[in-house]
Amino acid sequence: MLMTTLIAGLVLGGSYALLAMGLTIQYGIARTMNLAYGETIIASAFAAYLLYNNLGISPILGLVIIAPAGFVFGWLVYGILMRPLVARSENTATLEINSILATFGLLFVIQGVMLVIFGGNYISYNYLNFGVEIIGVRVAANRLLALGLALTIGGGLYLLLTRTRWGTTLRAVAVNPAAAPLVGIDANRAARFAFALGGALASSGGVVVSMYQTFTASSGVIFTMKALIVVIMGGVGNLAGALFAGLILGLSETFVAAYISPGLTIAAVYIIFLVILLCRPAGLFGKVQK
Amino acid sequence: MTTITRRHALRYLGASAILLAAAAPIAATADDRTSVKIGYAVSKTGGNAGGVGITTLPNYELWVKDVNDAGGLELPDGTRLPIEVIEYDDRSSAEEVVRSVERLATQDEVDFILPPWGTGFNLAVAPLFDRYGYPQLAVSAVTDKAPEFVKRWDKSYWLLGGGHDYADALAKVLSKASSDGTINSKVAMISVADGFGIDLVTAARPAMENAGIEVVYDVTYPAGTTDFTSVINEAAASGADSFVAFSYPPETFALTQQAQVANFNPKVLYLGVGTAFPVYGKNNGANAEGIMSLGGIDYNNPENMAYRARHEEVTGKAPDLWGSVITYSSLQMLQEAIKRRGLDRDAVSDELSNGTFQTAAGEITLEDNQLRTLWLTGQWQDGKFVAVAPTDRDGATVPILPKSAWQAQ
Amino acid sequence: MKTALGFLVALTVLTALAFAPLFVGPYQLGLLIGLTGYVTLASAWALFSGRTGYVSLATVAFFGIGAYTVAVLSETMPYPLVLLVAAAIGLCVALLVGLATLRLAGVYFVIFSFGLAELVRQLVTWFETSVNGTLGRYIFLPLEAEHIYWQLLALAALTLLLTWWIQRTRLGLALKVIADDETVASHIGINIAWTKIALFTLSAIIMTLVGAIQAPRWTYVEPAIVFSPTVSFLTLIMALFGGASRLWGPALGAIPLFLLFEWLSASFPNHYSILLGLLFIIIVFLLPRGVVGFIEDKFQRKSPADLVEKPARVKEADQ
Repeated sequence: MLMTTLIAGLVLGGSYALLAMGLTIQYGIARTMNLAYGETIIASAFAAYLLYNNLGISPILGLVIIAPAGFVFGWLVYGILMRPLVARSENTATLEINSILATFGLLFVIQGVMLVIFGGNYISYNYLNFGVEIIGVRVAANRLLALGLALTIGGGLYLLLTRTRWGTTLRAVAVNPAAAPLVGIDANRAARFAFALGGALASSGGVVVSMYQTFTASSGVIFTMKALIVVIMGGVGNLAGALFAGLILGLSETFVAAYISPGLTIAAVYIIFLVILLCRPAGLFGKVQK
Repeated sequence: MTTITRRHALRYLGASAILLAAAAPIAATADDRTSVKIGYAVSKTGGNAGGVGITTLPNYELWVKDVNDAGGLELPDGTRLPIEVIEYDDRSSAEEVVRSVERLATQDEVDFILPPWGTGFNLAVAPLFDRYGYPQLAVSAVTDKAPEFVKRWDKSYWLLGGGHDYADALAKVLSKASSDGTINSKVAMISVADGFGIDLVTAARPAMENAGIEVVYDVTYPAGTTDFTSVINEAAASGADSFVAFSYPPETFALTQQAQVANFNPKVLYLGVGTAFPVYGKNNGANAEGIMSLGGIDYNNPENMAYRARHEEVTGKAPDLWGSVITYSSLQMLQEAIKRRGLDRDAVSDELSNGTFQTAAGEITLEDNQLRTLWLTGQWQDGKFVAVAPTDRDGATVPILPKSAWQAQ
Repeated sequence: MKTALGFLVALTVLTALAFAPLFVGPYQLGLLIGLTGYVTLASAWALFSGRTGYVSLATVAFFGIGAYTVAVLSETMPYPLVLLVAAAIGLCVALLVGLATLRLAGVYFVIFSFGLAELVRQLVTWFETSVNGTLGRYIFLPLEAEHIYWQLLALAALTLLLTWWIQRTRLGLALKVIADDETVASHIGINIAWTKIALFTLSAIIMTLVGAIQAPRWTYVEPAIVFSPTVSFLTLIMALFGGASRLWGPALGAIPLFLLFEWLSASFPNHYSILLGLLFIIIVFLLPRGVVGFIEDKFQRKSPADLVEKPARVKEADQ
């Protein structure tokens, strides 16, 4: 029982973390709050569904097509929509307001296009839906894939950001976009790259999650808010934080369901989120700089 | 001293903007009777769009197309008038649906208004339909309070039954199987914390008790739950042969998948909304066999089969196997009532209450403004979601129990 | 003199609006209700968030609490008392939240407030289903649309009046300093904590009352209906769009946006989302300083005083 709950929680948390990593990069490094993040996830889920259902292309293979597409999309969105706002805003606070308003519009555009193309129906398909035995506990293969991907991407990007010159550039832009050019960093390019990378991560998350979660053209907002919760709880821009926060939320959900009441799972998620923020106002791994 | 400063100018501007907004008149179009105006406000976007997209909107569109292709709505004198549609998106907001219906009734002055989707929204607009004298053919609303509502709003019609109907039918199926010795007399129940789930589970508790079925597990989960590991484990450990979930589509799909992963094989598996979607049968293939839910249809009914074929042809997708045919039938009732009594709303309402109608769902006569001849329990058998209860109704199929174990896909 | 003139005009407008139900049809009245509701919500939101820089997404928590209180109590006590109880509950929750969130800033506060609204919804749902064994509640109050409208109009007027008054008191001055620099504010002896809590509570009570007053229009109330996060988002967008730090800003944002939503959804029901989104993006690019800022840029020459006032902004956690 304990083991089952533990493993189920980790697997559930893995998909939360996976869905949040793109946002933490977009928000932490490119400094733009992307409210259309969930729509990117849903659009990718639709793409995976279409490829699988109509062309018989497996979602794993679909990932190879859709993730780069997400990157290109992020690249374009930043160049066309965000760049002028960044140039216009005199400080990060106004940039935040502007990016909230602009991506709120983008959210509606993407959602509207999906509604016109696909209608409002629930979409669901089965892929890799069989049990895999882990330490005596049966776990769905597709969910395990989500956890594996979250760990790989999280770990890989963490190493990339902390161990490479290129990562140092991105982190420098995150810490101080204004001062970065003084040391020869093209802040705009770095931010654009980070935003596009976030788009690619959102797309990967969307593809994986579409294998086991029912979605509609309107459900992007749910993913955005869940991702935001994880990002904020982990500390903005912190990949390890997002991973930990996702796992904690997943675990709390399964443990509350098992030992308290399935009726309080989502309430428990918010309680834990609120309590953690009250104890650590900048998230688990965030630093309050004074 | 009298110079108008910026702040004051702004204050005037603000005030005049409010005035302008308040006074903006919108001219009502003249009624020259070259068409019949039918209006509706449904959730094309937002949280309810999924339900609207399968049960409500395709049927409204199909019906309008069918009527207009035939030359329009027939009136008592044999003339036909085409339908002119006025549609609004209520964006899944209660305030919007109320205002949209007000707009349809008083601004657009439509001849008839089709109801929105969902129990809550139908209740939200019921006082307006009543005040402006429009008949309200509420389909996607499952409520046990229908008799009360009919007393309060005498032009409201409730066509999908109440929680008691579905719960009683299910309890009968279980008690029969239990006395046959097919299953034990224990059931594990879960329900979504939403009007629908609560209505059904509160009806199911006494229904199970009366049928001699013991409820050994009974929990409610919040809408949006994605992981059912512990629920499934507890239900499996409870020793019940029957597992019942009064769930919504996302959870219905998730439960089906996760039960397979966990190798959870109850002898009776009854799931909520979503089971009767054609895509459910398609996605789950052989594993859908034996799964039960609300609704079901009689595959030997030629009208229903013709309706299904046309629905698929026109909208490009098959209708669901519970509420869709009722939605379409309610529109056929409206069409027929107009043919018999004209466009007078009181006369049409009277006809809807008392008349007998031939529809895609068979012959319909309302009792106290409610449709009481409904298929209450259905089961997937050979790739079809057949109706199994009420057992004494013509066209009922015998349920196949126990459900066979999951097959590897 | 100027103030008196301003009041005279405002009073005339208010009177005109109060008589509006006698001259307009039910649909326009419904429109006025929706408009007044959002003008009040946006103004109440701006009262706290526009002046302190703390962007709140908890609007719907209070709105929903108000609506639910009416749904629960409408059969057991007289209506005015129900409104009082709703306000009192709003006050208590707001005080609790205000005290709890003192350490949070920036986007952490934004998402915290969102989480709070969702938590309230989850707890209400859980309590209703597991403890009361029911979920939806019915409100059958003998209130017509115009009664709801008049109450909302009064509340809107009160909100604007309060905002105006606060701007003129020591509290208003304190707020300006806080919005500019909290460190400076604390150095010159402003009790930041209590200023913020007082304002948050006031704004929350108004939001609670908006929910309580509007609820009888829906007959049926359930958490999914009254705790819809859309309300929080729309309020925020309207206030920011108008200019959240100004008296008339939120109203000037709420009115055009509300009418725009209405027109778009009626004229283009199938492409509503796309058009709305595109318009939004265009607006952000064309009106970078909100409606009030746009009007100022267009019609007034800038005086040095203008440059002091800044549009609402999110405070940085790492300042």
